[in-house]
Amino acid sequence: MAGAAPTPAAKTERLLNLVIALLWTRRPLTKAHIRDAVPQYQQTASIEAFDRMFERDKDELRDLGIPLVTEVIDPLFDDELGYRIDRREYALPPVDLAPDEVTALALAARAWSQASLAGAASMALNKLRAAGVEIDERSVVGIEPTIRTAEPAFDAVRAALVARQVVSFEYRKPDGSAAARTVQPWGLTSWRGRWYLTGFDLDRGAERVFRLGRVVGAVTTVGKPGAYAVPADHRPRVLVAGVADAGPPSESPAVIRLRGGAGQTLRRRAVSEVDDAGWTTVTLASTNLERLADEVAGFGPEALAISPPELVAGVKARLAGALAAAAGPS
Amino acid sequence: MSAAERRRATPAESATARLGRLLTLVPWLLDHQGIPVEEAAATFGVTSAQMEADLSLLFVCGTPGHLPDDLIDADWEDGRIFLSNAESLARPWRFTLDEALTLMVGLRALSQVGGLAGAGTDRDGSLADGATGAGGGDAVERALAKLEAAAGAVASSESARVSVSIADDAAGAALATVSEALRSGRRVHLSYLVPSRDETTERDVDPMRLVSIESRWYLEGWCHRAEAVRLFRVDRIVAATVLDAAGAIPEQVVGRDLTAGLFVPDPTDLDVVIETGPDAAWVAEYYPTQSVTELEGGFRRLVLRTGDPGWVARLVWRLGGSARVVEPADLARSVRDGAREALAAYDALGQQA
Repeated sequence: MAGAAPTPAAKTERLLNLVIALLWTRRPLTKAHIRDAVPQYQQTASIEAFDRMFERDKDELRDLGIPLVTEVIDPLFDDELGYRIDRREYALPPVDLAPDEVTALALAARAWSQASLAGAASMALNKLRAAGVEIDERSVVGIEPTIRTAEPAFDAVRAALVARQVVSFEYRKPDGSAAARTVQPWGLTSWRGRWYLTGFDLDRGAERVFRLGRVVGAVTTVGKPGAYAVPADHRPRVLVAGVADAGPPSESPAVIRLRGGAGQTLRRRAVSEVDDAGWTTVTLASTNLERLADEVAGFGPEALAISPPELVAGVKARLAGALAAAAGPS
Repeated sequence: MSAAERRRATPAESATARLGRLLTLVPWLLDHQGIPVEEAAATFGVTSAQMEADLSLLFVCGTPGHLPDDLIDADWEDGRIFLSNAESLARPWRFTLDEALTLMVGLRALSQVGGLAGAGTDRDGSLADGATGAGGGDAVERALAKLEAAAGAVASSESARVSVSIADDAAGAALATVSEALRSGRRVHLSYLVPSRDETTERDVDPMRLVSIESRWYLEGWCHRAEAVRLFRVDRIVAATVLDAAGAIPEQVVGRDLTAGLFVPDPTDLDVVIETGPDAAWVAEYYPTQSVTELEGGFRRLVLRTGDPGWVARLVWRLGGSARVVEPADLARSVRDGAREALAAYDALGQQA
């Protein structure tokens, strides 16, 4: 190829002229016409150099999301192809929004202001503004939902997910060891402030949930985009909630004795409270006993589980474990 | 300048990313003739110098022929931008997948926020009255439907595979009361649970804002009891009442910068050293730590900085042997003594029965 690589600014100028020409034309433009229409193409050293440059530009515009179409120029002579951008496909359709709907949109966009997609969110609002929608972001001051994407793997996984492209990465287990995983990304879910990838683990041949914070190092794509379909009955939230809130939901009422003013979180949920000699006996309606045992043990000598027996055993086991561990490394 | 703008203003913008911005900038400028350069730059999250560079680039682009009459006309000599002869680019281009995704995922998350659902917004664009349910509660749903129509089926279905749960549902009633106080600019009385000290406190607060961070709503406000700005987790508000008094936030008072997260160690805080076993490896990921040292066999040594070591004792008890306090010695002792005392009480109880 002749000449030095053009600067990014020169490339933007070339692409912009190409977009304008392809939007401006009513009939598809042949490559010869396109070379004439864009000054930067005229300056290429040869037809071959132009061809290569145009092919790359065409792909990049499509990757960006611009609907560049290839059409037969004359139905009688179908050997010559032409190019144009479909104006109707290109343009954002008119969006007629009530003021409260605009506020909701601004709130939705602002939620991303501390995330890696902050630029995309504010550009989306600017497109609406360019379409004549008045957006006053001050109208939502005071309410600030925030979505964070602190996990380094987020962007690569999100890109693969929307492209439906297999990814592979190193995944760290809770015990610190890491192993390579290859996954079809099916869903990306933020739950309690953490991002989880759900998908089909190709090595294990089963659906799995991955915490993005445990992905070590780079995420690489494997194969082509659009490589698989996501099952319609995939319910990421159900899977993620199951993993995030691990433990069987053994639900049962429970009775606990609390000293003095202790056990505030338990008192808040109590269906009954009976005071007796400096202690209070509280009854909780149906509750997850494993998590309740954690909570009761956390109050140490201030809380005493009375029933059911599984709760009493659970609390005693925790306290005995804590006491044994306190003696030193096991 | 917001964090987002700072991020986007970093150099090394690709040629296609810049093209994407210019294709949105042109219709926006056509619709905002005479806008000051600074304002255009702020809207697009770039410096004024970058905005002028963008205008210079537009100035040399145009329709085939590229004679003077074919080129985009951009004039910003007096600091105000006038743009013309850009009819081909007069419409903004459709949302990219990422753009559609941010708005749709954000709206879907908002639609699931209880207590705010009514809050959403009102017809006039202000926050609606959640308590009385006055108008516009479904603004989020309506906006989502219109956006899906505008963005197309592909963007709608692809974006549906990303979902965010912005806040737990536990905050419902208190959230409605607090957002009502915030909107009407009134003081609110809170019964507020402080689990780390195991107490419920009573305080009057002048609300400043409601922030959702890591799936939880927080009320930031001027606390009359602490005489300082405080953050309150809304799901720990046991009861909230809107008072007649108007909120009176002292001048000069500003909200905390929460971009780096919630946890800001205080210099007077204490370092607590604990060791966790493989079952409790999550502790290092869950709580803010000063340092984490990997030990043999999946064990970890963590340094936690806290103003209230009591919660560390609670944590170690509930971890049931998967963790122990290394330092300070008096905390390790109270964990040991507390566990002994509780187990003795269970023994006594067993003998009674």
